[in-house]
Amino acid sequence: MIKNLICIGCPLGCPLTAEMQDGKVLSVRGNTCPRGKKYAEKELTNPERTVTSSVKVVGGEMGAVSVRTAGDIPKSKITDCIKELSKITLTAPVHSGETVIRNVCGTGVSVIATKTVAKL
Amino acid sequence: MKIINRDLVIIGGGPAGLAAAVSAWDSGIKSLLVIERDSHLGGILNQCIHNGFGLHTFKEELTGPEYADRFIEMADERGIPYITDTIVTDVSDDKTVTAMNSKDGIFKISAKAVILAMGCRERPRGALNTPGFRGAGIYSAGTAQKLVNIDGYMPGKKVVILGSGDIGLIMARRMTLEGAEVKCVCEIMPYSGGLKRNIVQCLDDFGIPLKLSHTVVDIEGRDRVEAVTIAQVDEKLKPIPGTEERIECDTLLLSVGLLPENELTTEAGITMSRITGGAEVNESFETSVNGIFACGNVLHVHDLVDYVSQEARAAGKAAAEYIAKGEKSADRVPVYTQNGVRYTVPQSVDLTSDCDVTVRFRVSDNFRNKKVCVYIGDELVSSRRKNILAPGEMEQVKLKSDVLKAHSSAKSITVKLEDC
Repeated sequence: MIKNLICIGCPLGCPLTAEMQDGKVLSVRGNTCPRGKKYAEKELTNPERTVTSSVKVVGGEMGAVSVRTAGDIPKSKITDCIKELSKITLTAPVHSGETVIRNVCGTGVSVIATKTVAKL
Repeated sequence: MKIINRDLVIIGGGPAGLAAAVSAWDSGIKSLLVIERDSHLGGILNQCIHNGFGLHTFKEELTGPEYADRFIEMADERGIPYITDTIVTDVSDDKTVTAMNSKDGIFKISAKAVILAMGCRERPRGALNTPGFRGAGIYSAGTAQKLVNIDGYMPGKKVVILGSGDIGLIMARRMTLEGAEVKCVCEIMPYSGGLKRNIVQCLDDFGIPLKLSHTVVDIEGRDRVEAVTIAQVDEKLKPIPGTEERIECDTLLLSVGLLPENELTTEAGITMSRITGGAEVNESFETSVNGIFACGNVLHVHDLVDYVSQEARAAGKAAAEYIAKGEKSADRVPVYTQNGVRYTVPQSVDLTSDCDVTVRFRVSDNFRNKKVCVYIGDELVSSRRKNILAPGEMEQVKLKSDVLKAHSSAKSITVKLEDC
């Protein structure tokens, strides 16, 4: 199977063509540097993203606090992660770095607050 | 009216103002004041909740609020004084700053030096001449970003985005994740000004089409946006008849460029650059008025906050030196641009400078396989090959102090692109 993608390593944005078989990358063409090959292999076998969003806060100087996954999670879990976040409401104060959800959607990665919201 | 005295006043408590304040403090200036218009320090970073900030500065990927917090902490550790909820209404060329807030009313601060760090604003709809009604549902991308990320409101459900700058791309993803349907992103140019990473992770990940060489030619809906009509444009960016497509939507987001916010600067009589929209500065980030400095997005719009912090640190240090030693009377030479280099910051340089000088610039088009060449007088002093140069990527060249000094009798510096 042939897969096409664009490298995000630098502004060059090389168009990459990868040959795949049984979920494995056999070859990568179109890359100008080794980063392109590495990117294609990772992106085609185990794509991951850091997810950022915001969560409701009650009793604080702001009505929402920004959050992120403490590390990358599988790309396929982004929507589930956002759904989990929409269910919760935090009570102020919330401190930057504080864990908001442990092991979100079974990824082994926590969601942490990225801002401090003081109590009103 | 209350008049207070300070060695240094910094206007703006975003990334530029904070880095300038920390740097000035560390250079010995303890009598200073940072004035912030918003209720919190941190500036626009507070609403930029996505990650990708700080790779150069902290060697890790932070979100906007986290990046801001690092600098707020540095300011707090030092006890740097600041006031929030306060707007500056005037800066005079004798460095008197007029400000007001609801607690103190109007007051003046007489300063020895001022650093302008007011940031930038988004280009509004009015600047685009887009025909159609003026119903609710038309927002600049940054306004939508504030509504979603700070206030917790969704501006709409079916969205078209005009402009593929990074804020537009980031908002395409953000609106999608929060349940909206983003129909497409239209870009009038044949290329996107946004980062490749954002095109892949904000559009491709969610199957949002990017329509290059397209613009919005009509907006329907008297009370609320009901639909927009988009059309393809030709090489002169004129819509091509027959290519129109009507898209039903309730929201149009505009991500069509940023403009340095320089009302205070122009009223102070400072010489402005028509290209950057910011003040013209020398290698110390000093404007045409001695003792008034500028840094960050108010000087020229950046794509990386790391560069803002670097620039602001240099401005803070230079302001501290000005306060300690007074005016630096140097003959400066202009920096000229040629062959695809649109502008440089600084626009003039002291060739006897004891510090290395970083010249930042942008190119006017997409280029491949060019050399960035710097001439002092007629002599080529630096030549660096670049595989790609794009208008959306700020570039820089460093000029060593000893190289500058070796050419101290030259009359100009020129930055240009040459073929390899």
